[in-house]
Amino acid sequence: MLILTCPYCGIRAEETELHAGGEAHLKRFGPGASDAEFETYLFARKNPKGVHFERWRHSAGCGKWFLAARCTATLEVFGTYSAQTTQPPKHILDAIKAKRPNWEGLV
Amino acid sequence: MRKYSIFAVAREAMRYHAGWEKAWRSPVPKKKYKAVIIGAGGHGLATAYYLGKVHGITDVAIVEKGWLGGGNTGRNTTIIRSNYLQDASAAIFDKALQLYEGLSQDLNYNVMFSPRGLLMLAQSEHEMRGYKRTVYANDLQGVSTRWIDRDEVRALVPIINIDGPRYPVLGALYQERGGTARHDAVAWGYARACSAMGMDIIQQCEVTGIRTQNGTVAGIDTTKGAIECETLSIVTAGHSSVLADMAGFRLPLESVALQAWVSEPVKPCMDMVVMANLVHGYMSQSDKGEMVIGGGTDGFNNYTQRGSWHHVEETTRALVETFPIISRLKMLRQWGGIVDMTGDRSPILSATPIKNVFVNCGWGTGGFKAIPGSGWAMAELVARGTPGPLAADFGLNRFREGRFIDESVAAGVAH
Ligand SMILES: Cc1cc2nc3c(=O)[nH]c(=O)nc-3n(C[C@H](O)[C@H](O)[C@H](O)COP(=O)(O)OP(=O)(O)OC[C@H]3O[C@@H](n4cnc5c(N)ncnc54)[C@H](O)[C@@H]3O)c2cc1C
Ligand SMILES: [Zn+2]
Repeated sequence: MLILTCPYCGIRAEETELHAGGEAHLKRFGPGASDAEFETYLFARKNPKGVHFERWRHSAGCGKWFLAARCTATLEVFGTYSAQTTQPPKHILDAIKAKRPNWEGLV
Repeated sequence: MRKYSIFAVAREAMRYHAGWEKAWRSPVPKKKYKAVIIGAGGHGLATAYYLGKVHGITDVAIVEKGWLGGGNTGRNTTIIRSNYLQDASAAIFDKALQLYEGLSQDLNYNVMFSPRGLLMLAQSEHEMRGYKRTVYANDLQGVSTRWIDRDEVRALVPIINIDGPRYPVLGALYQERGGTARHDAVAWGYARACSAMGMDIIQQCEVTGIRTQNGTVAGIDTTKGAIECETLSIVTAGHSSVLADMAGFRLPLESVALQAWVSEPVKPCMDMVVMANLVHGYMSQSDKGEMVIGGGTDGFNNYTQRGSWHHVEETTRALVETFPIISRLKMLRQWGGIVDMTGDRSPILSATPIKNVFVNCGWGTGGFKAIPGSGWAMAELVARGTPGPLAADFGLNRFREGRFIDESVAAGVAH
């Protein structure tokens, strides 16, 4: 069972109280973008076997979207953080590097 | 390869069954093949088989990191049907169903295809309208299905609790040609036939890298050394994104866990497949008597082949309401597979940004039924370099062009 801590209300919620929202930190493209950029933004996903940054909604709680760093190969959670950011914060990156020294970084 | 037949059984019975040969060879990989296929699941093996049988290409290696058929092909609930909504889907799934109908004879291997009939229950007004629409679409596609009312459902499957209370059965979409097959046997039958054509199935051999030269494929790196190839097919279901990453491109896929479970065996009580998509549960009875049950996928990316507990509970709870008779059954086993989901819930059979690299993936929760048709279409794509009529609509370019083959709205659950 997946348990994540909501960074806003601090509640430890299990997955039935949460809603998964897919890959985080996607670069948005809008009007004027090329077809390729728009396609990439809408559909192309890293879907890695390993460290994954993803969006979650505390749907049965405060209702807010937050972000999480998690390993899809082990289900280990590295941490959760506010969605009001375009990059994972330093403490999250440090937590990942401590456990995955060979991690290639966010690409 | 010695043919399997009643005479072979008689002959072996006379000599303590000492003369059966291995169903396939386990060769060391050669340095180079014309075609390399990554993934010895049903789709990879069927691709190889039709490459040899239809297109005469037998210099083929199928490279598998585990054991053949050990991925989703050996983990699925074996539902076979072709009652899809969109024309492109109906074409490839019905091609698959037609090939399944003669597959045991074609492969000289009993795949235990059992066209026992399949019901998709309508348990809401919307589902009823949706399935009637599917029946009309199927009519136009030449796929025989029909809408049946609740009395006919009751007569066909007496153990269904028709009256609810929560989700009364209003009728069903009925495909008489639908059913099940033995999943392992499908993989084994294709593997045996491929091996007999001289193809190499290389198990316990993980692909770790894809080599390219000027944008064209050159070969692969594996745990058993490098292998050169002229064409490369990536047919790795839930691991497709990982392989695409090795080749330097991304796919419109998310890998999530899907689970199934079976009960203790009981006497025959249900001789068709019943899907209850509103409550996300479906059930059939295996030849051994086990009730085979499956439900919905998890919502988050996952490569662990373990699913979430709450899905087991939700699906079982829903099915107990639909089939009260199963409420005291003990569940024997539960397992998971990693399925590759596309946004429109339709597969991808396509060329890729790397020349002579092809992908066959995105079958998600419903690709067992497609194995022969997918292999047929994929072989055509690999042999000619361009898709034939069955694969044409399933290319990667559909995402850029916004030309989806939307089966997610049509089915809800897509097994
Ligand atoms: C629980 C469950 C129930 C299902 N129920 C149904 C159903 O009722 N009806 C239906 O039609 N479909 C169903 N499906 C879907 C169906 O199982 C799949 O769509 C189908 O089996 C996919 O076949 P495949 O050959 O593409 O993949 P797989 O059988 O998964 O084969 C892919 C192979 O690639 C190999 N591989 C991966 N990475 C590498 C690498 N780096 N190097 C070498 N090899 C690699 C894997 O080991 C694997 O053997 C279900 C799936 C699940 C999980
Ligand atoms: Zn919260």
